[in-house]
Amino acid sequence: MRMMISSIGQWFDRRLQLAAPVREIAEHPVPRNTASWWYVFGSAALVVFILQFVTGILLALVYVPSGAEAWSSLQALNHAVTLGWFIRAMHGWGSNFMVAIVLIHMVQVFLFGAYKFPRELTWILGVFLLLMTLGMAFSGQVLRFDQDAYWGLGIGASIASRVPILGPAIVKLMLGGPIIAGATLSRFFTLHVFVIPGLLIGFVCLHLLMVLKLGINEWPMPGRVVKRATYINDYHELTKKDGAPFVPYAVWKDMFFAAFIILAVAACAFYFGPFGPTGRPDPTIIQTVPKPDYFFLWLYALLSLLPPSLETPALLIGPVVVIAGLLLLPFLSGEGEKSWKRRPIAVLTVMLIAITLGTFTHLAGYTPWSPHMNAWSGDPVPDQFIHGTTALERQGALVFQVKQCRNCHSLGETGGQRGPSLDSVAVRLTQDQLIRQVIQGGGNMPAYGKNLSPAETTALVAFLETLHPKGQAPARDAARDVALGDQKQPGSER
Amino acid sequence: MSTKPVLAPSSETPISRRGFFMKLGILFNGLAAAVVAVPIVGFLFSSITRGRGNGYLSWVQLGNVSEFPEGETRLATFRNPYVMPTDGTTADTACWVRHIAGEQFQIFAVNCAHLGCPVRWFQQSGLFMCPCHGGAYYRDGSRASGPPERGLFEYPYKVENGVIAIQAGELPTPGAAIAALTGEKPPCA
Repeated sequence: MRMMISSIGQWFDRRLQLAAPVREIAEHPVPRNTASWWYVFGSAALVVFILQFVTGILLALVYVPSGAEAWSSLQALNHAVTLGWFIRAMHGWGSNFMVAIVLIHMVQVFLFGAYKFPRELTWILGVFLLLMTLGMAFSGQVLRFDQDAYWGLGIGASIASRVPILGPAIVKLMLGGPIIAGATLSRFFTLHVFVIPGLLIGFVCLHLLMVLKLGINEWPMPGRVVKRATYINDYHELTKKDGAPFVPYAVWKDMFFAAFIILAVAACAFYFGPFGPTGRPDPTIIQTVPKPDYFFLWLYALLSLLPPSLETPALLIGPVVVIAGLLLLPFLSGEGEKSWKRRPIAVLTVMLIAITLGTFTHLAGYTPWSPHMNAWSGDPVPDQFIHGTTALERQGALVFQVKQCRNCHSLGETGGQRGPSLDSVAVRLTQDQLIRQVIQGGGNMPAYGKNLSPAETTALVAFLETLHPKGQAPARDAARDVALGDQKQPGSER
Repeated sequence: MSTKPVLAPSSETPISRRGFFMKLGILFNGLAAAVVAVPIVGFLFSSITRGRGNGYLSWVQLGNVSEFPEGETRLATFRNPYVMPTDGTTADTACWVRHIAGEQFQIFAVNCAHLGCPVRWFQQSGLFMCPCHGGAYYRDGSRASGPPERGLFEYPYKVENGVIAIQAGELPTPGAAIAALTGEKPPCA
């Protein structure tokens, strides 16, 4: 039996002649201390990519890339096709895992100085692989052709339209027509299923080829400095003196981690289920709060927090600067220390970016900049703010509710957070200032002058003046008492 | 075999028969590529070059004037004048119709002038609010607060025989204003 298998193997190899090069690749020597758990993320990214490939093909068996039917075919996958929900969930969670692993891999490569000479091109291809991974994540979100996908495309089109001169043409090219419709989905399907995966496969092969040709980055030691003239010799000496064959010396850690990641994706898929689809992609349903997928939430936050005048420049110039910076990195610091212990700025940069992105993502989780569209009808004024108030003040509380002030202002922790909380507004603003603010707006608040009768304004301000902590007097304008003689400011006696 | 002279690789060497055919082959392929590239590029960019030729800026009827009470702002829906078979519900669009008085209207796109999310009308406070990044507009569509740099987009409209019609076959985006500079009339301003 063994003889037979061996002779069949030989028959094939006499024709393919692959056994020797494959053995050579498998057993190429790697520096002994690179057999580390820190070095498993690259192979894990490849494994998740293969997983995405397989689950993607499975989904394509049922999915219909038509504006009219995509949403229904996803419903069928979720509810009618056996285990369709699980394959969708695997693909969705696989996408999240892939972005996360690629980012971790990149941070590790950056902190270990692996992008330095002679691995500059490996890094550059890696940057393109990151961009393609993000491109896959975005186009995948579009294929989940639901409300979020529809309005997400609208946001994409609005951003693209801001490109000087070419903007409108880019929008039409992106949408495949004048509006977001069937043609738009078809072209994102083409990108997601043919164009980007094809490029990904090619780039992954080149990326891997270079890892094999140039050798895996040695474990960085403080003081072991990269010099273009000597590095390659030093590296060969290191692998000769202190090397071990990749298989089986280092590969078992990659294998363990790969299996762990696949199981983790499956566990998340099983436990949390597939993502959406949310409501039908029907633009006449405007009762929707579109939100991007997890890895684009930071962008969603950034677009709310940038000053309006900076937005277009930041959107158009920012990505160019970031990508150019990433591509130029290996040329700007191609030599020198590799160890993170001797590169404080590198460590601080990673921390700063991580904290910034983390904070933006966290903020996008509860969107304090968005009005709560239903607060005016859903969140009543809490009891404690009404206790012991006069009829006028209660009328003011009603005005406060009915005029949708609550959509942007919270009282007792309920309501919107777009504007400041009004729990103690009377301490901050005097009566005159309150009236002016309500009528004229300003500081990002709309003017309500045209929408409030004088009686409503009087009642509203009377209510607002009651909003101060117990034992803390409301703000008052001392000069006013003098100017108006005996006439006391309402509320000043309280 | 030995009858062929061995050519030395110098610049004075007359071009060899093989070299000539090689170059001719490259040229021939270049020609083939150019011939095929014309329709490929034409196809790829057709959504731009087609312009507004498909009639998607033709007038769409929204309904009778009587359906929109004076002084109020109501949501109206219409189907895009240019529809492909796979468009499904995406070719349906909503817009806000503000009936000022008589035959005076303002027809706003639901798309926020910031990044295109659908704005909602709040009658009591007389504001349009956007759920995405917090843009707000007054009843006449002018910017009230938030990130938008301009007011809501307005569709051109006309009233004929008591029926309102609008030109609205194109997704309004903030870049449309730039199109105006290049001579192309923006779909809605």
